[in-house]
Amino acid sequence: MTITEDRAADAATPEIGRARTRKEDARLITGRTRWTDNIQLPGMLHLAMVRSPFAHATITAINTDEARKAPGVVGVVTGADIKDVQGAVANAWPITADQKTPDHLPVVVEHVACAGEIVAVVAARTAAEARDAAELVDVDYDELPAVLDLKEAVKDEVLAHPALGTNTSAVWTLDSAAQGSGTDVEDEIAAARSDGVVIEREFRQQRLIPAFMEPRSTVCDPTGEQMTVWTSTQVPHILRFLVAATTGIPESKVRIIAPDVGGGFGGKLQTTPEEFATIAVARRLGKPCKYTETRSESLLSGHHGRDQWQKLTLSARKDGTVTGLKVELLADLGAYIGVVGGGVPVLGAWMFNSIYKFAAYHFTVRTMLTNKTWVDAYRGAGRPEATFAIERMMDELAAELGRDPLEVREQNWITHDEFPFTSVAGMTYDTGNYEAATAKAKALFGYDELRAEQRRRRESKDPVQLGIGISTFTEMCGLAPSRILGTLNYGAGGWESASIRMLATGKVEVLTGVSPHGQGHETAWSQIVADRLGVPFEDVEVLHGDTQISSKGMDTYGSRSLVVGAEAVVRAADKVIDKAKVVAAHLLEASVDDIEFTAGKFGVKGTDKGVTMPEVALATWTGHNLPDGVEPSLDADATFDPENFSFPHGTHLCAMEVDTETGATSMRKYVCVDDIGTIINPLIVEGQVHGGLVQGIAQALWEGAEYDDQGTLVTGSFVDYTLPTSADTISFVTDHTTSPSTYTALGTKGVGEAGAIASTPAVVNAIVDAVRPLGVDDVVMPCTPERVWKAIQAGRAVSTEGDRDAQPHFDEGAPNQDPGAASPESTSDGSQS
Amino acid sequence: MIPAQFDYLAPTSVADAVAALAEHGDEAKVLAGGQSLLPILRMRLNAPGVVIDLGRIPELQGVSEDGDHLVIGAMTTYAAVLASEAVTTHAALLSKAIATVADPQIRHRGTVGGALVHADPAGDVGAPALALGAELVIAGADGSTRTVAAEDFFEDLFATAVGEGELLTQIRIPKHTGWGAHYEKFVRVSHQWSIVGVAATVRSEGGSIAEARVGLTNMGSTPLRARSVEEALVGQPATDEAVRAAVASVNDGTNPPSDLNGDADYRKHLATVLTRRAVLAAAGA
Repeated sequence: MTITEDRAADAATPEIGRARTRKEDARLITGRTRWTDNIQLPGMLHLAMVRSPFAHATITAINTDEARKAPGVVGVVTGADIKDVQGAVANAWPITADQKTPDHLPVVVEHVACAGEIVAVVAARTAAEARDAAELVDVDYDELPAVLDLKEAVKDEVLAHPALGTNTSAVWTLDSAAQGSGTDVEDEIAAARSDGVVIEREFRQQRLIPAFMEPRSTVCDPTGEQMTVWTSTQVPHILRFLVAATTGIPESKVRIIAPDVGGGFGGKLQTTPEEFATIAVARRLGKPCKYTETRSESLLSGHHGRDQWQKLTLSARKDGTVTGLKVELLADLGAYIGVVGGGVPVLGAWMFNSIYKFAAYHFTVRTMLTNKTWVDAYRGAGRPEATFAIERMMDELAAELGRDPLEVREQNWITHDEFPFTSVAGMTYDTGNYEAATAKAKALFGYDELRAEQRRRRESKDPVQLGIGISTFTEMCGLAPSRILGTLNYGAGGWESASIRMLATGKVEVLTGVSPHGQGHETAWSQIVADRLGVPFEDVEVLHGDTQISSKGMDTYGSRSLVVGAEAVVRAADKVIDKAKVVAAHLLEASVDDIEFTAGKFGVKGTDKGVTMPEVALATWTGHNLPDGVEPSLDADATFDPENFSFPHGTHLCAMEVDTETGATSMRKYVCVDDIGTIINPLIVEGQVHGGLVQGIAQALWEGAEYDDQGTLVTGSFVDYTLPTSADTISFVTDHTTSPSTYTALGTKGVGEAGAIASTPAVVNAIVDAVRPLGVDDVVMPCTPERVWKAIQAGRAVSTEGDRDAQPHFDEGAPNQDPGAASPESTSDGSQS
Repeated sequence: MIPAQFDYLAPTSVADAVAALAEHGDEAKVLAGGQSLLPILRMRLNAPGVVIDLGRIPELQGVSEDGDHLVIGAMTTYAAVLASEAVTTHAALLSKAIATVADPQIRHRGTVGGALVHADPAGDVGAPALALGAELVIAGADGSTRTVAAEDFFEDLFATAVGEGELLTQIRIPKHTGWGAHYEKFVRVSHQWSIVGVAATVRSEGGSIAEARVGLTNMGSTPLRARSVEEALVGQPATDEAVRAAVASVNDGTNPPSDLNGDADYRKHLATVLTRRAVLAAAGA
């Protein structure tokens, strides 16, 4: 009896909002699951890649004789061998009609444009034999001069792709005056120069590497009627389309499976040279082949992220009211343009103005080709860059005005009663409440107490100074309305698909077009469907990541799975209910109009008669007693195309201690209050926020991909690419305010990227705030102790000379600005010296 | 990642290990805890024909006392050293330095002897070994052994007095009972090699420093001993001002590297700050 009562009580509690532990974790955490590298097929060969050590070169000869003779080797394949069948790595988003896009062959035939490119593939009986034989492939290269520095690339003195004639891929602009969403930014800046405040800064978004936990792996079985490819990807559906589109294999002959995938952070939304090469070699040899990258290969050849120079001009009235924002970006695409490519900085175009009411806004990005690893989406994709820039600028404005940075933000942000609000960039934000989130964050943080402590430390000239960093961010999630994508020349739609299958036993299968790789979709979707259909959480099975099972989808990235993918699930569920109502009405001998569906039961208005969803499912399955003309199926499909983006926001407050003797920084407190709309599972949200925070903090403090002057990746292992661990972070204080999105049925806004987007500027603002009295107004990321210490030394030197310009106008060599063309990539010669 | 193929030998005595080394010469690499060697092999930065694993030689394991000395077997893991009360009592500096090495997993595999012979100047064992005046016992052919002072042990980057055909078997540390100790390690992330590390151990008498020993990590191609600082500290009170003055010469003879974590000048600056802090902490100030 107790059990029954508990279950009844349990059923009364909505699943949405419950902190369910994740149903997929048992298998993911124990590893008793199908990671791609676990897959073993009969007769399967193992591949090893021969990669170019040079950043820019022409291949003059490849001798594979010795490798072919090595033990266990079945084949050695060069680019020339498969040049007509290997397909191509595609860019789905040419941002302008005249974008220069270099051909990107999976296995290079002649021209190497970055270190790590695949030159040949060895197939052998074992992975060890393949690796050994790869060392025997003899490649002759003619080295070409390489362009490695982003600002140097603009000069076109050395070309990354000589055949293109320029390093500039595209120039893309958004202007509020031109599109009618605001005034002219040059007018606002001119007005402020004569009677106002103009802040000019240049920031560096360093190059980052999406270091997912599971290295990428691909298995291709070419022997069936459909070629089957298992691959560690975020985008099985996009891969299927692009394999078909670029190799000529009919789409109907391609089955892609993303089995359990261990993280992506954007790094696996690419269709990769390694996938195409594995497919090409497997087809050529007629045998299943597996390729699994090493961590070093992953860091070198998986796409990188960020890598921009950001030039910002912000104008304001003397009272602190912001008027204009001008953004000029230089974005490094690396050697090739990935699937999103130049679209990454463009995704930031609508977000630099953020939550502030600028009258005028101008954004230009110049995307550049260089001889470094290609750059594409990395957690946040365009929005972290925008958020960093604007939140740093708001702090600089407050410093210039001598006012509290939160107060200056509040003066300029959209107030809660102004929603829906169309921004100067032209986006319509549906809901938000920046005041509420900020008030809650301030209280949790102890803002006034920490400011008081900061004052005490400043007065006592404590060697350890305290800084408070603020980031009141918003972002756009839920990629994306297909019509908007169309206007932007994106090569696909932004809809999402779902199907629900009602089984005879009352169990439910949910097929989703999104492709989880650690997010917990199986749990969250089960909660949503359990509530919607009134079935137990345990009775819902979520299937995904196999183009033969969930045949349609646009996959997972850009915080879209819940806000787009789950909306499709909701709509499919509603269709199931509509179909079931007809059957229920027939069984209950009532009119469909009199049927009410609540908590899994179809009842007749004004009576206590009813049937449950499982009963209807069984009756439909037997088909013994259905109304005339009704098909014996409750199953339903739905495809959801969002009408707008969603706009999560939040207030992040960070306190950093800076040891002025060494430059070492340590986090004292971190509070974030996010408004992500309706929360399906607070535990999953907490995990997303924590992980995102650490990733964003890591950009501020620890991570950065560095190349030497030959184009060799210096941070090619985790010894030098310093990923933080839990030992390097503190316990975060997280909380929420909720203003549900009006664009989604569930009211969700998306949370996958929020932490990573918001935290970076909060940390850097805190560090700068700590040492601003010492003459520091910026520290280049990652804010290494050396950089912080040198910034303090430079600041002190300038302060002593007493000629510091409060508003440096992009002066060459000005403190903390562009280190100059000399060596912007060098960390030891950072910008502060 | 897969290393190139090699033959694997696991001798069970020092004599057998030395004989194996003699037989295979240049072709052979010695495997201690493997925390540096295995990544090197897996990245194919080295491809020895033979790997001689010392993991099955009981006589190389463990900590014992021999009169005024502690004797640590070369294959004793960091974790075993940390668990040794004798080390905590008589060579606290070594415990404190080893507690900062990498992470618990590595400390359970990595060995003190392996680290000393690998001789990475950024490793955390060399500086305390120098500061404590350790003696290194090296076994050679035909059962011969010789003992080398720590100051003569480190010859250059990754190069020690252990010659071809020889094995480090023991680390003998003069007891520093009652000495205060501190290892000040400067890193950006916790699992990183030292950017700079300072090992300081101090014998105090009536509120002032009677004797001090200071070793430096990653301030040159080998671990270094800051003798001028040690001398300047004698007789000084353990105050910020006095120690600050005494450590001013810490960079005599240093030649630190420049890399992504900091240039040489920054490291020199760090050395002065960290030495002051290490000495003050060791002195209990």
